[in-house]
Amino acid sequence: MTENENLIEVSDLKMYFPITKGVIFQKKVADVKAVDGVSFTIKKGETLGLVGESGCGKSTTGRAILQLYRPTAGSVKFKDVELTELKGEKLRHMRRNMQMIFQDPYASLNPRMTVGGIVGEPLEVHNIAKGREKRERVQELLRVVGLNPYFVNRYPHEFSGGQRQRIGVARSLALNPDFIVCDEPISALDVSIQAQIVNMLEDLQQEFGLTYLFIAHDLSMVRHISDRIAVMYLGKIVEITDHNTLYEDPKHPYTQALLSAVPIPDPVIEDQRQRIILAGDVPSPIDPPPGCNFSTRCPRVMDICKEVDPTWQDIGENGEEHWVACHLYE
Amino acid sequence: MATLLEVKGLETQFFTQDGVVHAVNGISYTLDEGETLAIVGESGCGKSVGVMSLIRLIPIPPGKVVAGEVWFDGKDLLKLSDDEIRQVRGNRIAMIFQDPMTSLNPVLTIGKQLTEAMQLHLGMDKEQARKRAVELLELVGIPGADKRLDEYPHQFSGGMRQRVMIAMGLSCNPQLLIADEPTTALDVTIQAQIVDLVKELKEKIGMAIIWITHDLGVVAGIAERVIVMYAGLIVEEAEVHDLYGKPLHPYTLGLLKSMPRLDLGKDAKLIPIEGLPPDLVDFPEGCPFAARCKYRVDRCFTENPPIEYVTPTHRVACWRWEAVHEELKANGGSHD
Repeated sequence: MTENENLIEVSDLKMYFPITKGVIFQKKVADVKAVDGVSFTIKKGETLGLVGESGCGKSTTGRAILQLYRPTAGSVKFKDVELTELKGEKLRHMRRNMQMIFQDPYASLNPRMTVGGIVGEPLEVHNIAKGREKRERVQELLRVVGLNPYFVNRYPHEFSGGQRQRIGVARSLALNPDFIVCDEPISALDVSIQAQIVNMLEDLQQEFGLTYLFIAHDLSMVRHISDRIAVMYLGKIVEITDHNTLYEDPKHPYTQALLSAVPIPDPVIEDQRQRIILAGDVPSPIDPPPGCNFSTRCPRVMDICKEVDPTWQDIGENGEEHWVACHLYE
Repeated sequence: MATLLEVKGLETQFFTQDGVVHAVNGISYTLDEGETLAIVGESGCGKSVGVMSLIRLIPIPPGKVVAGEVWFDGKDLLKLSDDEIRQVRGNRIAMIFQDPMTSLNPVLTIGKQLTEAMQLHLGMDKEQARKRAVELLELVGIPGADKRLDEYPHQFSGGMRQRVMIAMGLSCNPQLLIADEPTTALDVTIQAQIVDLVKELKEKIGMAIIWITHDLGVVAGIAERVIVMYAGLIVEEAEVHDLYGKPLHPYTLGLLKSMPRLDLGKDAKLIPIEGLPPDLVDFPEGCPFAARCKYRVDRCFTENPPIEYVTPTHRVACWRWEAVHEELKANGGSHD
């Protein structure tokens, strides 16, 4: 293939939020290092799962890729175009190709707009369709996500959580994007509804050749939907590999602990499982520990971990990619 | 073992502008001393309202327990006076809530909140209560307990706050601990810590636990017996191994099949339960699950099946449980 098969290339992305002091003369006193140097690629048509606990920077990463936050440093390439250098009209034009589905279906839809208004707004903003054409497109989109097209004049409060999430998906599909960041799209939904939404996302991916960055904290769901999975901890990616390898042969001690903490709905298996219980809490991203960020909680910590940052390296065998940042494998 | 709690025909309704919400529609169950019972169901199925009704934490109005009996220690809790129920609540029966961020008072120190119940219920003086509070914090694994008693909730992380809530629940040596989704707001690694802690404490102290959750994964690791609720009714009750191995209600089976499992690969397609739970204002005639059920027959739309024992420990409310059972046997398990 002559064309670059990577749709998204992120390298050494950093997103710091300043903490300031003072009222009139604001002085920067520290940074919240929400994302602190992450690099990964997403291939065309693939789903990359991004998992980690709350506060690890997974949502910030998603937003920084879409330039909803302007990154502090690093590069984000979409189809070989450097997004961090784009501004104004050019960036706006680029945004057509990248969309986002939000976590909370109750907060991400404007309660005073009709479904037709919500789903049709991107079409209007980007001057794609107006009037009858827009209405037809909106109805088609509603049909695609499994809603009755006659719902266009209803308001968000008339729908259940799962249906609202479908409206959010319809809105994100309006501009025929290539790439969608799904930011915990199912965590606010009930179990029986989660499966409906996940199956729909999978079907849409097949139908429209979409590429997803699927952000979630539910590892079982991520394993189900992703091709490859990246595990984040305190602003850094600690491991990336194929979805089966990650579960069968996790290398990073954090990944191992995370996987062992996920409950399995089967009492027979639960009785036999050995849990790795991590002591303590995640350190503050304002002042991360020296060396490896996980060194304060790691059950296999060594002296070197507390001083030197581990390098990000590919330890995969037989041509399979398996990136990990841990001194155990150096 | 002796029965600790017996709930008979409990019915709770909310009287709202839109009509009467039938939140709990006649549930009966028992709990033995020292037993862990899980109540599972989706949001709005009445699992929280069901246990809040036991200790009369339902706001009146709009809520009202319209029928039923709750026998605990030879007394019907629903007939006690306000003073008498206050003696039980927080003392003999303690409760931990879902959200550790909002269930602690932000303007009082942890120590103040912890000692309040002990001074009230156990008649301790300040010093004794503080000493006991230190012991309790150590018991739930908070290091530097003596110093941390003087700190405020915002100085604690989510997992630590839930530990404080548990310490508070245990402070008066309850015979029954009701945990309402205690780990839902927490991350998985912290959830594992809390689940472990509760199991350990149970062994040490020996209280009975009612664990309310929507997560069938957590239940598998902690409960001895499970009740599945749907639309304010108990649809199935079984010992934990039976419920996962031989589910008899189509809803239980549907829940198990719609969950992705960490130990199974990507290729297993999820089978969602189509449709939505019924509107509890406009309660359907017949079985409330009929509209979403793939085993339904005509009878399901006209008659609500009563809950009946299939084996001495397994009961189910379904006209078609035999069909579910046969199909499962033919496929060799709840996961195909």
